[in-house]
Amino acid sequence: MPIIDALLNGLTLGGMYALVAMGLTLQYGVARIMNLSYGQFMIAAAFATFWLFTSFSISPLLGLLIVTPLAFGISWLIYRVLLTPLVKRAKDDNALEVDSILATFGLLFVIEGVVLVMFGGNYFNYAYIDRVFMIFGTPMAADRLIALGFAVLIGAGLYAFLYHTRSGTAVRAVAVSPVSSRLVGINVETAAALTFALGGGLVAASGVLVSMFLTFNASMGVIFTLKALIVIIMGGVGNLPGCLLAGLILGMTESMVATFVSPGLTLAATFALFLLILIFRPNGLFGRA
Amino acid sequence: MVAITKKFIINGDNGMNRRQFGTALATSLALLTAGVSGQALAQEEIRIGYAISKTGPYTGGASTTVIPNYEMWEAELKEAGGITINGRKVPVRFIAYDDRSNSEEVVRAVERLINQDKVDFILPPWGTAMNLAVAPILDRHGYPHLATTMISDRIPQLRERWANQFYFVLTSSQYAVGIVEVLEKLRADGKIKGDVAIVNVADQFGVELSNAARARLKESKFNVVYDQSYPLGQQDMQSMLNEIRRRNPEVFLAFSYPPDTLAINDQAKTLGFNPKLFYTSVGTVFPIFKQRMGDNAEGVMGFGGVSAELPVTAAYRERHLKMFDKEADFNGSAVTYATLQMLQQAIERTNSIDRAKVSAEIRDGSFETVLGPIKLQNRMWVEASSVGQWQDGKFQPVHPADAIGVKPLNFPKPEWKN
Repeated sequence: MPIIDALLNGLTLGGMYALVAMGLTLQYGVARIMNLSYGQFMIAAAFATFWLFTSFSISPLLGLLIVTPLAFGISWLIYRVLLTPLVKRAKDDNALEVDSILATFGLLFVIEGVVLVMFGGNYFNYAYIDRVFMIFGTPMAADRLIALGFAVLIGAGLYAFLYHTRSGTAVRAVAVSPVSSRLVGINVETAAALTFALGGGLVAASGVLVSMFLTFNASMGVIFTLKALIVIIMGGVGNLPGCLLAGLILGMTESMVATFVSPGLTLAATFALFLLILIFRPNGLFGRA
Repeated sequence: MVAITKKFIINGDNGMNRRQFGTALATSLALLTAGVSGQALAQEEIRIGYAISKTGPYTGGASTTVIPNYEMWEAELKEAGGITINGRKVPVRFIAYDDRSNSEEVVRAVERLINQDKVDFILPPWGTAMNLAVAPILDRHGYPHLATTMISDRIPQLRERWANQFYFVLTSSQYAVGIVEVLEKLRADGKIKGDVAIVNVADQFGVELSNAARARLKESKFNVVYDQSYPLGQQDMQSMLNEIRRRNPEVFLAFSYPPDTLAINDQAKTLGFNPKLFYTSVGTVFPIFKQRMGDNAEGVMGFGGVSAELPVTAAYRERHLKMFDKEADFNGSAVTYATLQMLQQAIERTNSIDRAKVSAEIRDGSFETVLGPIKLQNRMWVEASSVGQWQDGKFQPVHPADAIGVKPLNFPKPEWKN
């Protein structure tokens, strides 16, 4: 059934987009850092997974438990050392946005350079899970289903954290208004650092998961940054459900267009959709006006 | 130097303003570089330069096919003590720049190599666009241009325009027509009826190759059941492949780039899409392809293909594996290395680094290379194969019949094993 094939494929693709974008929505929407080196973090995580898998036979799913906390720690450090001075001296949100773009633009080259020196510019990929499941008569690759499963799990976990815990509420408060959060006794700096690090952990997790089925090389990061940006702007910056929905809509659109119209028009369809949303809902699907 | 340092110390704390410091710095730099080039003149050497994509989107292709060969040659020359001119080993100095996969950058880097570094020879960058970008300037300064990774339909016209350019690949049409000729033969033998699905990546090389194939398929009256392009960088092929599978073609042709080549093979395997003939393009000959697909590589076809069975080629592959801990690809790698051997032999035979003489030798001479003996015809190497196929873990040339080391086609392709 073409329609079921397209739906299922759109679902896994959309799940991947949402997964890739979730970290950026936290970093940009809450910690207010427009992280241009986002995709490079993801690629670095993919390389780390590749290395763990090929050199130490550590499976990518186990690698997830190593790479994600590591990325969390590194991101936290980056925020504390590199970005806190920017936050402190920024007069307003706009100034911080420009400064963070410039700083992370530099970071992009640092990460890419390190990966290049360590692994070279070649394409990489590895064969891990080679299973195929039949769902309603449509064959689905196990690694993609696993990635989708994790996207849902991580999304749900994050939602629970943000909406049902005290620190999560603090994080959301900072997203709404850093100045008034301070008035109610929230340590804005800690909350922002935590969120940025959380975003770093998330992007690393997505890097680990997509490395199971995508071919990557050191210079591919920017592709993922762009995809993630589209998703979070469509969903509303800083809005988690919006990010999930936007990812799924994008995945579905691409899959439907590729199946029923032409694979050549998927990009055009994506950007047409993006444009429509920007025209009619400039702050994104779930964005605050 | 001492005087400058002293001045710097004396003025350091109070007197020296930025401009003075700048002047001091510039002077010391000028002194330093003068010292270096003075030395260079004294100890005669051959300078060879290249600009290649070490970052940016072309990195993957460049570091698979080209860069290892340049590095290997450099290491071997170092070990040998250099290139022999008039019975004396002359050491070779390599100067390399990163062109950042940017055609303006590559031109700038090559100009720098010519004007500032004053190199004697320049090795080509990776890819059609980059080679085309540097061709005019190499021509203007009389540098031989050994184009190994430049595939274009315009080669006949380019050959007229640039007298020092040499070609080691076929034109895109020759590759595309090659695979259609294979199909024509299969149809004539009654092995297929002629239902073909064709896809291509929407980028220069994919478009050129697929257009040539389309024209020939139409001319030969094949029944094209699916014909679409997909955007550059796309790695999700499942929707497209599902749709193709429903049309049930006997032959699947994809004019693709490395990441999509892998994605197409991998996802066709997942979906159990098993046409009798499965053809993908750039990347099919890469070592990573075999790594990823394992035994499932068997029977997959692609363009090009250099037989790995000639003893010289096998020995080259062995050296490559030993030095980089990874295999050479089965197409451009050995060809790139062969061009370096030709350059070296041309220098040694003419006993000079006179570029006009060396170019003439490359044009007219015969060379012993890792591809076997090579003699260019009208500045073009014509024994390249147009179609190859994975057979028993090696990518073998299968067409045309007079290609070096050609093997019979393995048809139909065995089904994917999950």
